[in-house]
Amino acid sequence: MLLALMEGLVSAAVLALTAVGLSLTFGVMRVVNVAHGEFFMLGAVLAWFVTQAFPGAPALGFALALVVCPLCVAAIAVLADLLVLKRLAYEPAPTIVATIGLLYVLQQAALSLFGPDARPVAPPFDFRVQLPWFGYSGYKLCVILAALALLGLVWALLSRTRIGLVMRATRIDREMARAFAINVDLVYAGVFGLGAGLAAVAAVLIVPIRQAHYLMGADPLLLSFIVVIIGGLGSLRGTLAAALLIGLMDGLLSTALFLPPTVARIAATLLVALVLVFRPQGLLGKAAA
Amino acid sequence: MLRIDAIDAGYGPTRVLHGLSLEVRAGEVLCVMGRNGAGKSTLMKAIMGLVPAQAGSLTLDGVRTTGLPAHAVARLGIGYVPQGRRLFGELSVHENLEIGLMARRRGQRVRDHVLSLFPRLRERLGQTARTLSGGEQQMLAIARALCLEPKVLLMDEPTEGLQPSMITLIRETVRDLRATGVAILLVEQRVDTVLQVADRVAFILAGRLAEIADARGLDAGAPQFRQYVGV
Repeated sequence: MLLALMEGLVSAAVLALTAVGLSLTFGVMRVVNVAHGEFFMLGAVLAWFVTQAFPGAPALGFALALVVCPLCVAAIAVLADLLVLKRLAYEPAPTIVATIGLLYVLQQAALSLFGPDARPVAPPFDFRVQLPWFGYSGYKLCVILAALALLGLVWALLSRTRIGLVMRATRIDREMARAFAINVDLVYAGVFGLGAGLAAVAAVLIVPIRQAHYLMGADPLLLSFIVVIIGGLGSLRGTLAAALLIGLMDGLLSTALFLPPTVARIAATLLVALVLVFRPQGLLGKAAA
Repeated sequence: MLRIDAIDAGYGPTRVLHGLSLEVRAGEVLCVMGRNGAGKSTLMKAIMGLVPAQAGSLTLDGVRTTGLPAHAVARLGIGYVPQGRRLFGELSVHENLEIGLMARRRGQRVRDHVLSLFPRLRERLGQTARTLSGGEQQMLAIARALCLEPKVLLMDEPTEGLQPSMITLIRETVRDLRATGVAILLVEQRVDTVLQVADRVAFILAGRLAEIADARGLDAGAPQFRQYVGV
């Protein structure tokens, strides 16, 4: 049971990082980014490329990947924002279609450059932490701690800095934000880049456990949407709570009850259906006025 | 100060303003009056760059602002108090003021000055904007715009729905601002307020300037109010 809890926490931590990126993009820009999972995939694939450059020093390669990959993915996202989303004036329906297109472009680009095979990335270090009943991967514990630290940084950015204030003001009323000298286009590009960067950093953290593959974006996308819907669109606290719920449920069903991963997906989807019926605004979201 | 030359503006294919021209001078209050749908709020938004000008030109102190994005217009020194206040409701009073201060990189001095004009806001700095009373929200909307230290202040029906004591406060604030040399373009439907604060009154009819009158030559029974405003 404790093992299931630990596995669930690892899933929850990575899912929370990915879903916060999606939630930010929707919350501030009102853009439903269907390509979010592909930014996750790009993070993992780029991590493989970077670590391959340092075959004898996995820790160095991984540390470099942790910095370089999110930045590269964020840059790609900013470019996509400027070239595609901005031209569509961030209208909800056209941007959904455009991000579906972006999903396929990124996926096929990864297939062309990376190939169809799943590729492992060596963990930067390998040690076990002895818990009361079993030993547990020290790397997985570090993934949980790193995700918590990054989520704390996101929270601090949003609530304690001027950049966060500008992002929150833009989310509340973008026309008034413009009237008060906020360059909304710049904010949107930054938020889209930040959202994609968070997905990428989550992928870099998890890739030593799950391998990199060009089709790996579908699962995080689905789970991120589930988390964001359950937590409440645009609610950071709700996103974190829902990620914990889904992650722990996944750990419990897969690790403690030995059920196939599909069962966890079905359970999560049922949970979404229940939330949509009984609390459409999500667990911690605000009802529309 | 602010010059509007033969401006056409509207939403998509719909044109609301048709060749409208006005000029607001430093230290002057120019009131804009007209019936609902005449184009008063559209005029404000067009000046701010929130609604694109399809023809004509806008200049502030000789600098052409036509075609500039709204955030660049605000940085030139145009403050905006929109109709319905449109505060950042989930942000605190302090954060709303901070947004105004950041717009033109103003600091503690401007913040203290603005709070000295509205001491009640100082007591509510940590309070969420949407939990303020209607009058306090209007004070905050004006204070937020003043944080830009604007050369020109656009005010769209600032007395709408307020109690008499608050209306008096807003009138006094407008007069005090005029005395400091700020040019004020005020959309107002209350004749008594217009007569107390305006230097000139522009009457708009269906997006066109119908008449511009010296406020000293008007009284509550002036035919323009009945003809163009319907009061």
